[in-house]
Amino acid sequence: MLDPYRLKTDFPILQTTMNGKPLVFLDSAASSQKPFQVIDAIDKYYKEQNANIHRGVYYISQKATELYERTRIKVAEFIGAKCGKVIIFTRNTTESINLVTQTWGRKNIGRGDVIVLTELEHHSNIVPWQMLAEEKSAVIKYIPINSDSSLDLSTLDTLIDYRTKIVAVSQMSNATGTIHDIKHIVQKAHSVGALFLLDGAQGACHIKTNVQELDVDFYAFSAHKMLGPTGVGVLYGKEEILERMPPWMGGGDMINDVSLERSTYADLPARLEAGTPNISGVIAFKEAIEYLEKVGLDEIHHHEKILNEYALERLNNLSGITIYGVNDLDKRGGVISFNLDGVHAHDVGSILDEEGIAIRVGHHCAQPFMKKMKIAGTCRASFYLYNTTEDIDRLIDGIKQVKEIFGRVLKR
Amino acid sequence: MSLRDDLYKEVILDHYENPRNYGVLNPYSIHERGVNPLCGDELELYLLMKEDIVENIMFSGKGCSISQSSGSMMTELVKGKNKGDALSIMAKFKKAILEDSNENFSEDEADLESLLGVKKYPVRVKCAVLAWNTLEQALKEREL
Repeated sequence: MLDPYRLKTDFPILQTTMNGKPLVFLDSAASSQKPFQVIDAIDKYYKEQNANIHRGVYYISQKATELYERTRIKVAEFIGAKCGKVIIFTRNTTESINLVTQTWGRKNIGRGDVIVLTELEHHSNIVPWQMLAEEKSAVIKYIPINSDSSLDLSTLDTLIDYRTKIVAVSQMSNATGTIHDIKHIVQKAHSVGALFLLDGAQGACHIKTNVQELDVDFYAFSAHKMLGPTGVGVLYGKEEILERMPPWMGGGDMINDVSLERSTYADLPARLEAGTPNISGVIAFKEAIEYLEKVGLDEIHHHEKILNEYALERLNNLSGITIYGVNDLDKRGGVISFNLDGVHAHDVGSILDEEGIAIRVGHHCAQPFMKKMKIAGTCRASFYLYNTTEDIDRLIDGIKQVKEIFGRVLKR
Repeated sequence: MSLRDDLYKEVILDHYENPRNYGVLNPYSIHERGVNPLCGDELELYLLMKEDIVENIMFSGKGCSISQSSGSMMTELVKGKNKGDALSIMAKFKKAILEDSNENFSEDEADLESLLGVKKYPVRVKCAVLAWNTLEQALKEREL
């Protein structure tokens, strides 16, 4: 059984205060906190191992290269990929998706081709495709959502047809916490010869994922949402697809041979990783994955379910609160989006901030969803392995403060 | 320092609850839209100018208590003033809030002073100046 109080002691920032009150961090969906194991690995790299990788013949460069490549193997194991060379390190999920649109997309998408997304995507799984569609005169279609923010899969047969070249869907929504059932969408995409990209920014950190079992063609996610450092992202791709992808950024590390006339490119994964990467970040990322493995993703998901259940019950007991997302707790990750009737989310956020409680307020980079719901934004509390029911009690107390300050408005 | 003392004062909540000059003005001579893209605050401003005078003004919008109450206060102050006077109140308010300078506000302008507490909360400053920036834009375009 996961003990969040014991885990909390591994996270130095969770021992601090914000505005004079013990920090309650409920914004892990934006970026998780980091345990000392990750922080120490970054520290150790710069103090003892700092050297550029893949080129030095001296000991510390070889050591750094070895550690960097060990993370690649660890990531492959973590997501069930068959080998390290199909793991491409990027800066974040956004860059991973852009890498696909700018290389695979530019090569394979043409006039009139169809890209299928959903109405509940993060901007980073919409805007890169819009840029590509504009350049290539391609068409984007969206799988609609039901009122509870689950996907309306009855539309799949009409949306996905022979003109569809790729379908890109998030594993879990950052705005509502909805975990999508992607199995049928993957099958449908493959049945018409289209590829499937899974945006795992919110998924890799909460849901045990095996890319080969899911049979996804691309999987994109970020280290910083799963206890790792910022500035490290991953793109997984099936080997035969990555092999045929042209390079994106040119530069050092991605070449085979360079002359003044032309260059030949390196094999995977180096071909898609130009320039000096975030070496310390990648090395420390391995510590984050090992930490998650030690606690267990199933345990984490179960813990988040308990927190969701507790928080939803307490929120439902307050009047004047609208909660978004699905009721089925098995289909909800550790995210609760809500609004206080008559009070703008930013006012809620400011008052909670003063109480030492960090939540996210606004459109959460999911403006199409907000427009569909006819709201400007929401308050979002998100949970991770280090959160406790006591954190939720503090949140509820904070919301009561908001209701007190805005009482006159709420009575309308 | 407390939000209740600095930010969510009675006068601000009163303007938020009962915004003055709220709605769509018809007819109008200038329409201007102001947005804070990062937080999603929106403000639609309608002015009916008679030569140099803001004869009537209304606003509508979506946003936090600070942006909406600031819009309410702004319209209340600017209505009936000539363009030069309107812009000089704007300049004074922005100077007080953005440059932390000590400005003298008249009795009529007392409500504006209640918004100055926002200075302690840098992320909310843009909420307080949205209405005034929108007004500035509206009156500037008039010159073209």
